Amino acid sequence: MEVVQLQTRFVEYTASLFREGYLDAQFTQLQQLQDESNPDFVVEVVSLFFEDSERLLNDLTRALNQQSVDFKKVDANVHQLKGSSSSIGAQRIKNACITFRNFCDEQNIEASLRCLQQVKQEYSLVKNKLDTLFRLEQQIVAAGGSIPVME
Amino acid sequence: MNASFSSSSSSKGMMDHGDQPHVLAVDDNLIDRKIVEKLLKNSACKVTTAENGLRALEYLGLGDDQNNTSNVSGLKVNLIITDYCMPGMTGYELLKKIKESSVMKEVPVVIMSSENIPTRINKCLEEGAKMFMLKPIKQSDVKELRCQLMKYGS
Repeated sequence: MEVVQLQTRFVEYTASLFREGYLDAQFTQLQQLQDESNPDFVVEVVSLFFEDSERLLNDLTRALNQQSVDFKKVDANVHQLKGSSSSIGAQRIKNACITFRNFCDEQNIEASLRCLQQVKQEYSLVKNKLDTLFRLEQQIVAAGGSIPVME
Repeated sequence: MNASFSSSSSSKGMMDHGDQPHVLAVDDNLIDRKIVEKLLKNSACKVTTAENGLRALEYLGLGDDQNNTSNVSGLKVNLIITDYCMPGMTGYELLKKIKESSVMKEVPVVIMSSENIPTRINKCLEEGAKMFMLKPIKQSDVKELRCQLMKYGS
């Protein structure tokens, strides 16, 4: 595929992620931080986020399935996930975490389990979207083009 | 000498810190540490990160071994920026320890938090925090921080 077509597709895809609320302005901040001294910054941070999130989601699953649920621990984990998703601009995950924390406050196990499902879904969705976005970037670079800078 | 911050990342006008101020950034969240490090580096700062209050104190030479009063890091720290919510020692507790130290109390401390709680903010400012920053931190926040740093000198 031609560079221009790939670049157009990249711009449109990125715009859709913002429009649909998967990403917010903080993601743009990350993109603007990337420079020649650290050309893979966004991919590195997002990869760290994926690893960290999967660990947290596993811990949350375990914690909520204990005989006696330690809500302090659950809340602490959700707080971490909320923080990192907010820092990379993963808006829908962040919002799902906010809801989750409310149910932690109430010590509501049923609702917390539902929230966990919701967070996992949002995580899965945004991971797919970002993987697609990064693949597009790689294709552009492979075709000899440069990645368009989003405003 | 004009002390205002220019919009380029040049270090002209940095008076008390040599070329690049050395910042100690403390945060238990790995992603946040990486981001704050880059934000600071992009603003012409040297950065050391620590994952909790204890490590930060050790780095500053304020660790458990109080007989070791020398700054083990060797590199003078010009600013400490710390997250508020950390397991073990909170950013507030770290701030207090720094302000209690005769060696470190003049070093400006900035507190970051994802939660906008006025009583928390006031508590930190009263304890001597230079600034409070709401997460997620943006480039404009760091630029503002650099301006503030230069206004008040070291």
